[in-house]
Amino acid sequence: MTISSASPAFTGRDPEHRLFGPLPDVQAEAGYQEEHPKRVGFFTDTSVCIGCKACEVACKEWNTLPMDDSHGTRDALGLSGMSYDNTGQLGANSWRHVAFIEQSRTVDLPMPTFGRPGDDRQGSGPSPATAGDDVSLANAQQSVLNAEALSEFDPQTGQTGADKQIRWLMSSDVCKHCTHAGCLDVCPTGALFRSEFGTVVVQGDICNGCGYCVAACPYGVIDQRKDDGRVFKCTMCYDRLTDGLMPACATACPTQSIQFGDLDELQERADARLATLKAQGVETARLYGRDENDGVGGDGAFFLLLDEPEVYGLPPDPVVTTRDLPAMWKAAGKAAAMMVGVALTAVLGSRRR
Amino acid sequence: MLDVKTWLDSWPVYRQLTGSDPMGRGKAARSKGTESTVSRTATADRVVKSVCPYCAVGCGQKVYVQDEKITQIEGDPDSPISRGRLCPKGSASKQLVTSPTRVTTVKYRRPYGTEWEDLDLDTAMEMIADRVLDARHKGWQETDGGKRVNRTMGIASLGGATLDNEENYLMKKLYSAMGAVQIENQARI
Amino acid sequence: MPGLGASFGRGGATNFLEDLANSDAIVIEGSNMAECHPVGFQWVGEAKARGAKIIHIDPRFTRTSAIADLHVPLRIGTDIAFLGGLINYVLSHDLYFKEYVVAYTNAAALVGEEYVDSEDLDGLFSGFDAENRHYDESSWQYEPDDSPHEGSDQPGEAAEQKRSDQHPDVKKADRAQAAGSGGPPIASKPKRDETLQHPRSVFQILKRHFARYTPEMVSEVCGVEPEVFEQVAKWVTENSNRDRTTAWVYSVGWTQHSVGAQYIRTCAILQTLLGNIGRPGGGIMALRGHASIQGSTDVPTLFNLLPGYLPMPHALQHSTLDEYVADAEGKAGFWGNKRAYMVSLLKAWWGENATAENDFCFDHLPKINGDHSSYRTIADMIQGKVKGYFLVGENPTVGHPNSRMNRFGLANLDWLVVRDLQMIESATFWKEGPEIETGEMSPETIGTEVFFMPAATHVEKEGTFTQTQRVLQWRHKAVEPPNDARSDLWFYFHLGRILRERLAGSTDPRDRPLLDLTWDYPVEGETADPSAQAVLREINGYGPDGLLSTYMDMKDDGSTTGGCWIYCGVYADGVNQADRRKPGKEQGPVASEWGWAWPLNRRMLYNRASADPDGKPWSERKKYVYWDEAAGEWTGLDVPDFEKKKRPDYVPPEGARAQDAIAGVDPFVMQGDGKAWLFAPAGVVDGPLPTHYEPAESVVENGLYKQQANPTLEMIEGPWNRANPARSEVYPFQVTTYRLTEHHTAGGMSRTLPYLAELQPEFFVEVSPELAQLRGLANGEYATLVSARTAVEAKVLVTERVRPIKLGDGTVVHQIGMPYHWAYSGISTGDSANDLLGIVMDPNTHIQESKVSSCDIVPGRRPRGPELLEFVEGFRRRAGVPSGKVGVNGRDPVEADAGEGATY
Repeated sequence: MTISSASPAFTGRDPEHRLFGPLPDVQAEAGYQEEHPKRVGFFTDTSVCIGCKACEVACKEWNTLPMDDSHGTRDALGLSGMSYDNTGQLGANSWRHVAFIEQSRTVDLPMPTFGRPGDDRQGSGPSPATAGDDVSLANAQQSVLNAEALSEFDPQTGQTGADKQIRWLMSSDVCKHCTHAGCLDVCPTGALFRSEFGTVVVQGDICNGCGYCVAACPYGVIDQRKDDGRVFKCTMCYDRLTDGLMPACATACPTQSIQFGDLDELQERADARLATLKAQGVETARLYGRDENDGVGGDGAFFLLLDEPEVYGLPPDPVVTTRDLPAMWKAAGKAAAMMVGVALTAVLGSRRR
Repeated sequence: MLDVKTWLDSWPVYRQLTGSDPMGRGKAARSKGTESTVSRTATADRVVKSVCPYCAVGCGQKVYVQDEKITQIEGDPDSPISRGRLCPKGSASKQLVTSPTRVTTVKYRRPYGTEWEDLDLDTAMEMIADRVLDARHKGWQETDGGKRVNRTMGIASLGGATLDNEENYLMKKLYSAMGAVQIENQARI
Repeated sequence: MPGLGASFGRGGATNFLEDLANSDAIVIEGSNMAECHPVGFQWVGEAKARGAKIIHIDPRFTRTSAIADLHVPLRIGTDIAFLGGLINYVLSHDLYFKEYVVAYTNAAALVGEEYVDSEDLDGLFSGFDAENRHYDESSWQYEPDDSPHEGSDQPGEAAEQKRSDQHPDVKKADRAQAAGSGGPPIASKPKRDETLQHPRSVFQILKRHFARYTPEMVSEVCGVEPEVFEQVAKWVTENSNRDRTTAWVYSVGWTQHSVGAQYIRTCAILQTLLGNIGRPGGGIMALRGHASIQGSTDVPTLFNLLPGYLPMPHALQHSTLDEYVADAEGKAGFWGNKRAYMVSLLKAWWGENATAENDFCFDHLPKINGDHSSYRTIADMIQGKVKGYFLVGENPTVGHPNSRMNRFGLANLDWLVVRDLQMIESATFWKEGPEIETGEMSPETIGTEVFFMPAATHVEKEGTFTQTQRVLQWRHKAVEPPNDARSDLWFYFHLGRILRERLAGSTDPRDRPLLDLTWDYPVEGETADPSAQAVLREINGYGPDGLLSTYMDMKDDGSTTGGCWIYCGVYADGVNQADRRKPGKEQGPVASEWGWAWPLNRRMLYNRASADPDGKPWSERKKYVYWDEAAGEWTGLDVPDFEKKKRPDYVPPEGARAQDAIAGVDPFVMQGDGKAWLFAPAGVVDGPLPTHYEPAESVVENGLYKQQANPTLEMIEGPWNRANPARSEVYPFQVTTYRLTEHHTAGGMSRTLPYLAELQPEFFVEVSPELAQLRGLANGEYATLVSARTAVEAKVLVTERVRPIKLGDGTVVHQIGMPYHWAYSGISTGDSANDLLGIVMDPNTHIQESKVSSCDIVPGRRPRGPELLEFVEGFRRRAGVPSGKVGVNGRDPVEADAGEGATY
């Protein structure tokens, strides 16, 4: 047996294309060359989300995650004060997170206002003069309602009374299962792997808690559990998929805001939904993570949003952190191969003893 | 000792360098744990059809049982009412059963007592029966305002609306036979 | 619900959740459906995807409003004014469904000359007895039709019955709720004017009654701008006709008011005028809040009802079986068979011992003679009148208004049995209740003996729940309950067994009812769990040939049994129909083969009204149940809620009784006249028509009448239940209570579960930015809310979703939202919202007005210990409210420095 730098890992077809850009068969790239299932994913249509958090609970139930507070601290509780969001963020203990964003504006004034503490305006009408203070006081969960683009058909906007519109955006966030997953690319132990379903999963029996992946995730999803050391994130219920079931969150979702299925089919469905909303005049609707030419080659879990991604706490233009890695690898290849060889010899040697 | 080839095959780096997954991010990286992944729905001894106990939508539930323990409760897609979906409460309903703070033995507080005491179930039943007969007697009214009422005002009851129909039925039947009329339910609320 | 029962003949939701998908408009009012019934809400989503307009009318902008096309923020407690405005809009714009209204409602009926409307008595109807605060309904009656076959056979007896119906003690006993299945009894069918022009016709009375409910009035009373009102009116009326239907969805946002039944009546009138009842995509969807609220009234553990909405015998009226059924003899509709249902029930309970000679053991039943509902009972407990109390899956010291008063009640019992899954607050009040800290109670003073009996969960026992659309669904047992945990069925069966063993051989006549009882249920397993199937079979009933398949086969001669006549058929053909689980995908849209709905598996009530008087569908689009002339029967998607073979042109012959007296054009088969009641001559104790009254603790003056609040509302007097004066400057804000998706009622089933507790981890209140500014409240910080009962502290969420309501006269009403799930135990804890509330009740239902009360709110945490009592007393003093100070365990009110005028 010979192992050398001539191995396919370092001499394969144009590796640059494997670390960013469109990838029609992500599983094949990961070695599932024979028959493999179609790539699956989530399409989260936030326009029909009712913020019930069934996804969060169903996920925790299935995956037996610990209780935590909005900072991810295990077995702690506390009111966040951020609308109805007491989960705060995705983390090692929360693999689904429903964001709540309250926006409001008076109908006859184009000036947006905030529904938040410390609003010192008088009466019911907002005062443009206080807009600066508003910004400084606003907390991360709140944002301006895009008044110009807002349509009366916006599914998450209620005209309330004659003078005001309130939009209460709710969106269930989750690991994006990127086509080019930074976490996977940097994982030195092989704890993260691409499954036969095209999803990205942490293998708890391998992870050594080095935490490289945490910094590598362009979405800030993957997270270390402090009292355990290892990293955790959505597995898209890998175990359930092996039994032909849908992930727990999509199974529970009362309004089909979370849809699970073959990615290509979901993409078609999402395109159709977007077209419907656009036809109704919902100019603010957009797909997020749908574009395979984006910085992560498109997401396995993508979204229909009704506002800018930042409003939901999502990065506007995520780029896989390992985009420039191939060039670096070419230089580092020889050295790496040598180290692998040494490691293998050492291990084999030790087992022989 | 393990066959070296088998053992080597299980080592990711070896698979990575020799197999179809040159980058070691997929097939070559699969761990033992991953290879032996089994969904607990697949290993359940039985799946029992039930109904969610929270609100009145009446969502269908599938209850997975393994070794006489509940391992999972999820929506029943057969239900035309809920179509397999559950809200957060329904999704949490397994914890109702498995909660570590659930109290599963009888607790007794004697009059003017400051702490709970343990009591066995049969004793508790007999004690309750004694007290029912006593209260029934103390509160008995043959007539009220000159009209026959044949009842007791010594016993009252308040039920939740997670009682089964069969339970409500036996309660109303027994209470009426013992003459108790102050029988109420969450349905009033 | 008497609101529905008195209008249509049954108290159940008229439609089913899946049918909402067929609606062209859905109005959700008095309900936060997306939050409290999220999975049911999927059908609203379906309708919306098909283009339906979704309107949410609610004081708060909730997760339901977020998905709605229009949110209408109205002032809490003004729904009658809003709905009355819609009724006026429909009538004055001639937008009612004429053929439907003339044929299927009592619009054409004439009301007697003695009737005087509330419009002419400044908010009171004729017949008001100010001393007893109740109405004599005699003047609300129809003008009787002269034709001979309609009246009672025994006019003298009927008149006597009617007189005694008006006795205050009978009124208090809540006969209204007995209209759950079978409308209220009426003396006779009315004289009619099919042109609807007669000034005493119901239609004309209705027009006059609601004439002042203009958009401007709505704006003034509800704080809803006229253009918003017009938008609602437009969407609703455009979507209510032959081709289109509108559905209304409500829940406890309507029932929990001092005029709650009338809220529902107003909606019933509107939906009837629009022709939306008994039609696909229409109806009134009553959303019950718990797994088997519907079941708990059908097979009631309620003081005033027997199974199947048969009333509990009343001491003043029902000393014999004959007297008990006298109001039904010779009547049309349901009441005609009352004796058969009652005799079958008595046979189910006392079996062989019930014979024609002994009145089928009718006298074994205890009699009621007043209000024995739970709040009265609590007051009686405080006075030491009640010895023992069973709490079976209920946590009143958190979930019931004035929880504090509830705790005082429990502290004065001899013994208390609590059956639950977790150590709930109602079991630990003697040790950990807030009154321990204030010094009002202590374990050393509380003599209550407490038995905590662990209960089985829903998967540890078998049985049926009846969900919100009257469908019974069987649950299979998955595992055995752990340790001493047992089902409630086990508990009551074995308690009964022990009691009967103790009394065996007794010669005391008062023990006969227990000893004569049929109590021989088969038991299963090591714990001797009684068979729930056997109980369900008893509920279904037996005839000489075995299990009955329909209540039409019930007899009054003792040859049939049946524990709950409306559930007869759940074991049709000897099969547990509630356990049918044919997948929805393999069935049509009605899914009749999933579970079983009462009555007789009819999924949509009054569905004969989905066809025109000739039996043809009103339109192809809304085709549902219709007459098939060739087959000579009613057919369609659902089981007809009508006699299958009764022709649409059937006219009852003279002397016809019961169902035979219902004509082929009368869809409301449970009503004495077969019609939907726009005007209720009986069955609603606070008026034949709904009228806007302010809530008891309103901060606003009634803009419509001199009569401020419901003149018949019920109150409980005592130092532990002080009322905030209406329009008080000391309690200047309205507060409303509600639930969150993440929790369940009193929290015993949610605050104890980590995954739910973390989602809404602390007690909070929602206030508008305006109120926050007014009172100096900060988001995420504590505030203290004060009423005449007590003060509670909560974290503050400042949100524009709660908004001040501006009334027509410029008054600004601030409203505070307060979810009520918390208390001191569990994983997620906090003060109890219900401690803040007092108890005032709807006189029809004895349901409390927990949806609206008043309070003050101040920044910061509340005082601790005895200082809390002084703090609250200070507010009372300023408001001129009598002292609320109590003695040991709340029992003896002590003289306190409450200022002048303190009375006890």
